Parts: sequence; C-alpha cells; structure tokens
Amino acid sequence: MSIKVKVENLTKIFGRNPKPILAKIKKGTSKETILAETGHAVGVNNVSFEVNKGEIFVIMGLSGSGKSTLIRCLNLLNKPTEGKIFIDGENIIDYDNKQLKEFRQKKVAMVFQHFGLFTHRTVLNNVVYGLEIRGIHEEERYEIAKKTLASVGLEGWEDKYPNQLSGGMQQRVGLARALANDPDILLMDEPFSALDPLIKREMQQELLDIQSRLKKTIIFITHDINEAFKLGERVAIMKDGVIEQIDTPEEILATPKNEYIKNFVRDIDRSKILQAKNIMFKPSALVSIKDGLKIAIKEMEQSGISSIFVVDTDRKLLGLITIDDALKALKENHKLKDILIQDYFTTEPETYIQELIPMATESKYPIAVMDEENRLLGIIVRVSVLSNLV
Amino acid sequence: MSEFPDFLRLEIGIYVDNFVKWLMHNHGEFFDAISKGILWFLLNIEKFLLWLPWWLALVLIFIIGWRSKNLRNGLTFAFLIFIVGTFGLWDYMMMTLAIVLTSVFISLLLGIPMGIFMAYSSRLNTIMRPILDGMQTMPSFVYLIPALMLFDMGKVPAIFATTIYAIPPVLRLTDLGIRRVPKEMVEAAHSFGSSSWQTLTKVQLPQALPTIMTGINQTTMMALAMVVIASMIGAKGLGLEVLKAIQHIDIARGFEAGISIVFLAIIIDRVSQGIANRFKYPE
Ligand SMILES: Nc1ncnc2c1ncn2[C@@H]1O[C@H](COP(=O)(O)OP(=O)(O)OP(=O)(O)O)[C@@H](O)[C@H]1O
Ligand SMILES: [Mg+2]
Repeated sequence: MSIKVKVENLTKIFGRNPKPILAKIKKGTSKETILAETGHAVGVNNVSFEVNKGEIFVIMGLSGSGKSTLIRCLNLLNKPTEGKIFIDGENIIDYDNKQLKEFRQKKVAMVFQHFGLFTHRTVLNNVVYGLEIRGIHEEERYEIAKKTLASVGLEGWEDKYPNQLSGGMQQRVGLARALANDPDILLMDEPFSALDPLIKREMQQELLDIQSRLKKTIIFITHDINEAFKLGERVAIMKDGVIEQIDTPEEILATPKNEYIKNFVRDIDRSKILQAKNIMFKPSALVSIKDGLKIAIKEMEQSGISSIFVVDTDRKLLGLITIDDALKALKENHKLKDILIQDYFTTEPETYIQELIPMATESKYPIAVMDEENRLLGIIVRVSVLSNLV
Repeated sequence: MSEFPDFLRLEIGIYVDNFVKWLMHNHGEFFDAISKGILWFLLNIEKFLLWLPWWLALVLIFIIGWRSKNLRNGLTFAFLIFIVGTFGLWDYMMMTLAIVLTSVFISLLLGIPMGIFMAYSSRLNTIMRPILDGMQTMPSFVYLIPALMLFDMGKVPAIFATTIYAIPPVLRLTDLGIRRVPKEMVEAAHSFGSSSWQTLTKVQLPQALPTIMTGINQTTMMALAMVVIASMIGAKGLGLEVLKAIQHIDIARGFEAGISIVFLAIIIDRVSQGIANRFKYPE
C-alpha cells in the first residue's frame, strides 16, 4: 500500500497576521482565548495524517471543528499557515502558480456541499468545465463528459440547467464534473449533507460502487458518524481543529480513545458497522470427532455449557451435540456421530450483526462463524449480539 | 447687520478658473484628443441615423421590438416613432439618439471594467462608493459646469456630462453582480485550476450578466434624461426643442417635443429590458 497524501503538522489560522499566533497555540492557549484576544480564528491546529492510495479516508467532526478548513488546505483553496502537505511525495505548499494550476487541473478535484454548479451552464457544460480549462480538444471533451454523465446515471439530462434538477441529481452532476477530469484524488466536503435521507443512502451506495470501479483516493468529510463509518476505511475524528483519533471504524468502536469519542459513537447504529468477526470468540471448549462421547461430556461439564460444537481434525465443523443427547447416548451405547444435530445457524466473518439479530433471537444454540472451507473460526452467543448493540 | 458681511466673500471661483486655464494650457492636447475621438464617433453614428430612410427605420425598430419581446411591441414601437415623424421632429430624435448611444457606449466602455475592478478590490470599493453616492445625489445640471469648463459649448461637453451622469448604475451593478456570484461557485472554478481571467470570463461575468444588463438599462435611461438637460450647453436634439419652446412659451411645440422624448424613453426602456431578460438563466 503506497501513501498518496501525507499531511505533517498542518496549522491554519484565519486573520490579518496569523504567523505570530502560532507561538500562542504552541503554548497551549485555547482557541476561544486567541479569538477573543487577537481576533484570529484557529481553523486547524497541528494536524498530521496519511492517506493511502485507493482508500476512502473520512474526516468527521461537529460543526466548526475545522473539517472544511482542513480539506480546503489539500487543494490550497486555504493557504496553510504552517506545515507540509505531500502529495505523491511533493510538498504542494511550495508550488508556484503554474504548478498549482496544473496540480488542480490534473490531480485533484473537489465536490462541494451545496454542489457549486455553474447555473449559467447546462449540465453537460458543467461537466466539461475542467476539461475546457485544461484545453482538451472540444470533440474529445464532450465525448468524455457524456460518458462520465452516463456513468453517474444522468444520460438524457445533458441539456438541462442545474436548477431544473433535484438535489440528488445536482450532486451527481457535481460528482461527474469532478470525475470527468480523471483526478487521482477526490475531495468531498459534506457532499451528501444537503440531501434527504433516502437519496443520501442511494448516493453513498453509488459512491461505493464508483469507488470499486475507479479506485480513487477519496477524502470525504461528514458530520454524520453513521455515514463516516459506512464509507470510511479509516476515519479521523476532529474536535476544535485537532484530530482526536484516526482508526478503522471497528477500532474506534472497540477502543474509543477518550470520553469525547465515546460520546460520539454512543448513538451510532452498531449493527451496521460491527461484523461477526468483531464480536465472535474462540470457543472455550471444542471436541474433535475422534475424541468420543466421554470427553465431550467432560468438556461440557467443565465449561458449564449445555451444548458443544464437534469438528474434525482439520477443524472443519461437523455438527453440534447437546449435553442431554450425549448422556442418553452414553447409556444406550450410541456413538458421538449418531447424535450430531445441524439445526444451528452458521455465518461468515464479514456478516453485519444487523443480520445476526434474527438468528440470535431464534436459535437455542450459539451461531457458528465459518470460513469458506467450513472451518470453525469462532462462535457467537446471543448475549454478545445483543450487548454489542448498545 | 442682517445681511451676510461682504468682507467674507471668498473668491474661490477665480482659483478654479485659473486651475482650468492651467489645465488647458498644459494638457490641452489631451483634452483635444479626447474631444476629437468622441466627436468622430458621435458624428458617424449621427450620420448613419440621419441617412437611414424613415421607412427602413420603422422596419428596423419593428424587428427590434418584435425580437426583443413580441409582435405587439414591435408594432407599438414603430407606431410611436412614426408619430414623432409626423411632429416634424424626426431629425431631432435621431440627433438625441446619437448622443444617447455614444454616451452609453462610453459609459459601458469605462463602467464595466471599473465595476470589475471594484468587485475585486475592496479598497477601490471604499473609495468609489461615496463618490458614486455623491454623483447620484447631485442635481443633474451641476455636471454641466465641469463639462463646460473642459470642453466649452457643443456636443462633446454634452456627451461628457451625460456619460458622467449615466455611468453610476452600470458601474454599481457590475460590481454588485460580480460580488453576488456564490462563493462556492467561484471556488469550484478555482478548484479546477482556472486562471483569474478564466474565472472572470467563464463564471463571474456570465453569472453577473443579468445584473449588468439591468445596469445597462438604467444607464441608458439616465443618459436619455441627461441629454435633454445637456441641450443647455449646446447639444442639438429634442431637448433643445423643449428648451426653445420654454423660452418662447410655445406650448404646442413644447408638447410635441416633450411627448417625443417620452416615446423615445419608452422604446429605449422596453428594448433594453427585453434584451436584458434574454440573459436570465432558468431558475
Ligand atoms: N474564512 C474564514 N475566516 C475566518 N474564520 C474562518 C473562516 N473559515 C473558517 N473559519 C473558522 O474556522 C473554524 C473551522 O471552520 P470550518 O468551516 O473548517 O468548520 P467545519 O468543521 O467545516 O464546520 P461545518 O460542519 O459547519 O462546515 C471555525 O471556527 C470558523 O469560524
Ligand atoms: Mg464545513
């Protein structure tokens, strides 16, 4: 995995004379004090992170936490006060005007919260804009634009004006306009926040589909933690211009770094984030088919459980036995393999707990998590499904 | 004791007069050149308008009215012009129109670029704003004085005064139109690596165009209003006819010339509004 974007100690202060303010922040003066005393607003404060090539990196935080300021530094719409931004190893802050123009024309494109479409241009001419600026030949640029529009499902809308389209469709135009340039990096500042929930979900899915085809490096801003965890391979949580934690969604849920993040993830819908593999555990007891009944009974008694999974020597799952059946079979001289039952649920490690809830409530037995070769990876008991929901 | 004391008389007028004389003496060629340029432009327009056969003018005004709005407008405009002809004021109307067109042309030539600069520079904006406010509150015939001082009597000072009087709307509305372009849209343009020129011509000006067109409409109307007053310093046309009628208490003549100005105003207003409306984008 190669690193596409690397941000080092980035600080952005708004105001007339930001440089002297740097020293104050470093001393630990708070944002509020700086604003009150000097009239300077601290947008981003000493932020460092890396984004891998082909990754969706989500930055989330409440209003005013500095998300927009940060993402706008990445294409220099905001000029950083201090710090470095390496893209493909080049520090873009050192770019002169010409290099910056070229960088914006070829490497990076932005999608805006309120779409930022050119209302005096038709849909097609909006999408063409970036190519026009680059001086691509007219015939070619219209061809590319039409293809891109079709790829976001807007075939037939080319000659409409943006204001004649619904919000969802307008943002598709915004997305197409960004994609037409075929940039390596896509910067998306709350692109779906202005859309209603149904359309929003549709667009999120669409983005994931597009991403699986195109494999761009996407930096995505949101204030919606559910959206962050749905889209983000890694998520950075910002507060007051500082990044509090960067991790995968599962890691953030499992080990929130502080109280603030704990509060944040409290109202998240975990059932759509956590997967079977996150909540399963290694069975404390397990019998092999060649062990025989007596050992199976002893295992169950020792662990205080009323049923146990039976595997073969390759750890492939063969079935499950209950303590009652086992005791009866021992009296009647039956074999272990005669009393195997199959009416338990199995699942893959990547299944979301949302789908495990009905299984867990219905079944008397634990759910078996298996890999493709039917090997038992772990078990999930009903209690752990339910307890992970809150 | 109730009268203003004589010894407090400040003869500032003399200094101004001296300054103008100095200006004329040292930079005379400059004002001459401007004067010649304006006159050349005006005379050509005037020549063309006076050459235009009356029936062709009717047809043209009909087509303009029709294309800019609808058939009925076209017919109305042609009829109004025809009436002015029957008053025997055709040539005066054309002279007035020539001065209006010249003044509007100069106003746009100066006003639109200045409006753009104002939109870009808040310092220029803070300097220009009170000046423009002042210009718009001043009674129009005050402009005749500097025009007279710099260019004497005649058509050129009339155009000079008219231009100064008429320029504020287009200047203001160009500035406003560009400032009102949504920030996100301008940023979108920047984010694709547009140069400042590209941002201006591909995004800001097209976005501001409906507003600028409104400014052009207002500028044109103000030019027409001023031309009438500028007749006092020697611009021949409908205004001068009104002025003469007033001096001779010739009510009939005054009425005909007055109503002709109203007709001309209606036509110019409707046509420029019709054109402005064509620049609106679907909302
Ligand atoms: N152009 C600016 N001038 C002065 N201060 C600014 C400017 N832009 C942002 N700020 C300040 O920087 C801080 C961070 O703002 P920013 O817009 O980055 O927040 P955000 O996380 O994007 O919030 P939101 O979710 O509301 O978009 C705020 O305190 C804001 O007031
Ligand atoms: Mg924001």
